[in-house]
Amino acid sequence: MTSTAELAADRAAPAAGAWLHGVVRDADPAALAAIPGMDGAPVRTVSAAGLVAVVSTAPLDEYGEQPLRRNLEDLAWLERAARTHHAVVEALARQGPVVPARLATVHTDDSRVAESLAARRAELVATLDRLTGRGEWGVKGYLVPGAAAASAAAVGGGGVGTAYLRRRRAQLTAREEGQQAASAAAEAVHASLCELAVAGRRHAPQDRRLSGVATPMVLNGAYLLDLAALPAFTDLVRALSDRHPEIRLELTGPWPAYSFVAERPEPALTVREPW
Amino acid sequence: MTTALAPSSADDPLAYRPVALVDLLDRVLATGVVISGDITLAIAEVDLVRISLRALVASVGALAPPEDAA
Repeated sequence: MTSTAELAADRAAPAAGAWLHGVVRDADPAALAAIPGMDGAPVRTVSAAGLVAVVSTAPLDEYGEQPLRRNLEDLAWLERAARTHHAVVEALARQGPVVPARLATVHTDDSRVAESLAARRAELVATLDRLTGRGEWGVKGYLVPGAAAASAAAVGGGGVGTAYLRRRRAQLTAREEGQQAASAAAEAVHASLCELAVAGRRHAPQDRRLSGVATPMVLNGAYLLDLAALPAFTDLVRALSDRHPEIRLELTGPWPAYSFVAERPEPALTVREPW
Repeated sequence: MTTALAPSSADDPLAYRPVALVDLLDRVLATGVVISGDITLAIAEVDLVRISLRALVASVGALAPPEDAA
């Protein structure tokens, strides 16, 4: 009699899995030898279906499902993992197009990685084609307090209590108006940037406790650009920054095209998302 | 463990900075291609990512109390 449990037990449990960093068309072995992976050893490749997956050996006592659940909640572990993974993806991106894997994409062994490549070949090839000669840039916009609140300053008349209430109400109104103005500016900036970009999307605004920035974030945009369009894009960011004093813009990048390789391309390519 | 951004400069919106962890997490957790492996099926769930971000916020919050909106 064979139960599922017995069958599972019969398979030798591998001691190390494969942490996927990204998929490329081909990789220069000499370059890869210089890139440290999750376990400190150089990353390696798994080739299948005419594609190359760049992976790290991932001991399952650290990167298996249960340990990962624990580790992902450990800020120090998460930061180290994110930075190591990013360093690999970034190094690959410098050589050519790469489809970055989401953090913590772990396969139990190399043959599973190869199967994934084969199963998703068409989509991966299409994505690599779409990313060739392009890069991702981020534009974040923060509310500038007081930029739209000047009108609230002069309010007079009435007794001390009335004046206080009126002033308080004016302050609240001003803050609300400031937030609305900043949101509208964010919309306008995003729309303008999308016109120059191949694709654009908005990530959720960052938590202030994570960003360390005191003022609210109103725009967390990502833009896929033809490399040739970069000078025009940076000029546009500068111009939009001048045109919209109610928000402060920050440019980040170049990034590997993390934001433009979603499983279903449609949402990632949507110019305006609800969040 | 550094999560704070470098001081922002209003006059140069184009200044390149070292990658801030929070910007990195936006990208490596929320996006990137999901190629399901045996384990990934379980860990790529949005729920787990959300949990980890919540824990992250909590631990950063413990280090630096949230500032009031200006």
